[in-house]
Amino acid sequence: MAKTLVFLEHHEGQIQKGSLGVLAKAASVGEVAGVLAGSGVRGIAEGVGATVWVADDERLAKPLPQPRVDVLAKLVRDEGYDTVLFGQSVLAADVAAGLAARLDAGLNWGLVDFDGIQGQAPALQDTVVVDVGWTSPVRIGLFRAGALDPIELAGATEVKDVAVELEEFSTAAEMVEQAHAEQQGPSIEDADVIVAGGRGLGEPEKFALAEGLAQALGGAVAATRAVVDAGWYPYSAQVGQTGKTVSPKLYVALGISGAIQHKVGMQGSNVIVAINKDPNAPIFEFSDLGVVGDLHDIVPKLTELVRARRS
Amino acid sequence: MKIAVCVKAVPDAAAGRRLDPATLRLDRSVELAISDFDTYAVEEALKLKEAAGDGEVVVVSMGPERAMDALRKALAMGADRAVLVSDASLEGADLLGTSKALAGALAQEGADLVLFGQQSADGGGACLWAAVAERLRQPVVSQVSELTIDGAALTGKRQTEFGYDTIRAPLPAVVAVSDAINTPRYPSLKGIMGAKKKPQEVVAAEGAASGTTVVALNPPPARGEARKIEDDGSAAEQIVEFLAEKRLV
Repeated sequence: MAKTLVFLEHHEGQIQKGSLGVLAKAASVGEVAGVLAGSGVRGIAEGVGATVWVADDERLAKPLPQPRVDVLAKLVRDEGYDTVLFGQSVLAADVAAGLAARLDAGLNWGLVDFDGIQGQAPALQDTVVVDVGWTSPVRIGLFRAGALDPIELAGATEVKDVAVELEEFSTAAEMVEQAHAEQQGPSIEDADVIVAGGRGLGEPEKFALAEGLAQALGGAVAATRAVVDAGWYPYSAQVGQTGKTVSPKLYVALGISGAIQHKVGMQGSNVIVAINKDPNAPIFEFSDLGVVGDLHDIVPKLTELVRARRS
Repeated sequence: MKIAVCVKAVPDAAAGRRLDPATLRLDRSVELAISDFDTYAVEEALKLKEAAGDGEVVVVSMGPERAMDALRKALAMGADRAVLVSDASLEGADLLGTSKALAGALAQEGADLVLFGQQSADGGGACLWAAVAERLRQPVVSQVSELTIDGAALTGKRQTEFGYDTIRAPLPAVVAVSDAINTPRYPSLKGIMGAKKKPQEVVAAEGAASGTTVVALNPPPARGEARKIEDDGSAAEQIVEFLAEKRLV
């Protein structure tokens, strides 16, 4: 039976749902404890329903990966955990890979399931589902975002302290600003129809095409991480792993390749229509209607036809 | 300033990417190309070198010997030389083996800055840099969409699930850049011609044991009925018909 340690990621005093999902999965296949690292985080452990190791130290105040590798590596060694599991995030991926190298432990990523011995991970844009295993004494797994439901554990919460010993190189990086949210924009979470734009729009001004179609359909406009990061559209409109998760009745993807990071934020949509000029774009693998063509030709016509139909 | 850029030669998208049912590994017998995401890291290295006025950009990769052909694209963009770690014992290496092989070559190079792209186009674990940084015992900053170097330190801005972070770290350091950081240049004809003459070194390395294994391949879950059409001028009409069928317009 697996003896598992689960990384509990937290933000503004809340443990992330993804971490709680992984905790519940681990509890269903063996013995489990969580680990919380931060500054002044003891209170967050309340009500978790399992043993929670708390590494409370000012040097852990900012969510940087390398000091967390030190904390987890020590716990694995001292307490004999054979499995360490994470829910996907920017922070968790870096902690997991650093820990893998530190412990010479195998790391499987993109997991959607784990039975205590093997995991399952869709690969190559979800065209194949791989049963993965480990050959190292310690197994590390990173679950895909949103793969597991956060089920509450009914057990008693036992908080245990971890002595924090950090490597010099682990504390070299310094976070000078954290979680700064840039620009405000429309809310997309409650929209029935979403028209989303990606790099295929070509330039920021072409978001007008997405806006026109969204207006005709009575929907909201969303964007991919790539174009938000490039400053084309506000962060609040971003769909995907590091953005919002949406499930509208209709999702129209314009010039979006369909990388897995985007897919996890919109795959719950009822109907997905994609327009992309690249016939090999992964988005066509999970669209209900895929259109290979130039969106700059198609969208203006489409907008006009929708307007005419609805008026 | 010396900058090392870690790149990966992946099966070309047009050639198709598949797992070989016999070896349970990615079929790499097809044409290989440098992973698109890595060209952003190459571009950023070239920009930093140009801004500094001098320096060296070294492309470092692990793969079969014929991967050198793919690395030449980075040389054509302007990188100065390429180092390819290649060894039969590294075939099928996972994160452990790959990070060890790359860290070994990078330790030899002693670069001030090691750059990665945001993910590989095939494996897509998007975390190799953290394993390499751990082995080099250097600070790591990932998903960086704005990078500045001043003196002996770097500042990176990056997006996470909660907003934008700004992180500073002393050099030497490992940085993974996002594809929002720049627009990679196309190699010029002169660059392509000159690439062949640039130093290209293949080095051997002991393969490290992998910690993971592929047990079996399964088909993906069945999906509902899906249609794919090619625009012949009537795509807009066809989309509206489809939406009407689904009662969405």
